[in-house]
Amino acid sequence: MVVEQILFFALGSLLLLAGLGVVTLKNPVHAAMSLVLTFFTSSMLWILLRAEFLGIVLILVYVGAVMVLFLFVVMMLDINTTPLREGFARYLPVGGLVAALMAAQMVAVLSSKHFGFDNFAPPAPVIEGSNTEALGMELYTNYVYPFEIAAVILLVAIVAAITLTHRKREGSKTQDINRQVQVRRDDRVRIVKVASESSEGHGA
Amino acid sequence: MIPLNWWLILAAMLFCISVAGIFINRKNIIVLLMAIELMLLSVNMNFVAFSRYLDDMAGQVFVFFILTVAAAEAAIGLAILVVLFRNRRTINVGELDSLRG
Repeated sequence: MVVEQILFFALGSLLLLAGLGVVTLKNPVHAAMSLVLTFFTSSMLWILLRAEFLGIVLILVYVGAVMVLFLFVVMMLDINTTPLREGFARYLPVGGLVAALMAAQMVAVLSSKHFGFDNFAPPAPVIEGSNTEALGMELYTNYVYPFEIAAVILLVAIVAAITLTHRKREGSKTQDINRQVQVRRDDRVRIVKVASESSEGHGA
Repeated sequence: MIPLNWWLILAAMLFCISVAGIFINRKNIIVLLMAIELMLLSVNMNFVAFSRYLDDMAGQVFVFFILTVAAAEAAIGLAILVVLFRNRRTINVGELDSLRG
């Protein structure tokens, strides 16, 4: 039990530190790497909460796909970060104040005795099958239509991202099937009548 | 044993950090998108904690859907960012004033 609490505090403080790094680091690449650390740490915390499947999915989907996408975009765009940092010191007090107020409110509500959160014990773990199996049973029975909608949302995202970023390049050598089919003989072949030379005329 | 409110407080603090990040990085769209991802992560942590303590798998199913929508949002947001940079050569929010907003 004590091991669980030590793990919670270690991972939780690492999570908050990495989160602070995301919003304060100067270089966007460093911020993205800090966000990777945040996702890794919270995946560990989710595994501590016995949500193993979601922990692995968080690493696979976020660290493996979304953060790689972020890093691609950050490195592809030639960004001058200096003007992007202006107003950092100006908005730091108000941002910090709002965040501190929100945090104080939430901590005050969550740690009060009225809701009984503080002695809310988790139910004893029932060992029957894995977390993945339980999640799959829910997902493919009670939540099968939302699951399909989620798939359609991903498809829409793929189509939207491709249509947004696709562009015609000047001078790229691509086939235009329409023009290829429409071509006629006169467009390609020109028959030229050339008078044959006579050998006597040339020799003289 | 870890009480439930420790998890909720941890998620609330992460959420507040990302709110502060949106305030102080208001010129940089990339960091804004990252702060939104951080917010979604903290909300997901609440869902997972409640799912564990109430012994109800529905919370984890919702985390699954939130992850899906967040991945779609990140893909479309970054695509818009790339198009924006291609047209304007900048991603500074202060210079994006075509709509006179």
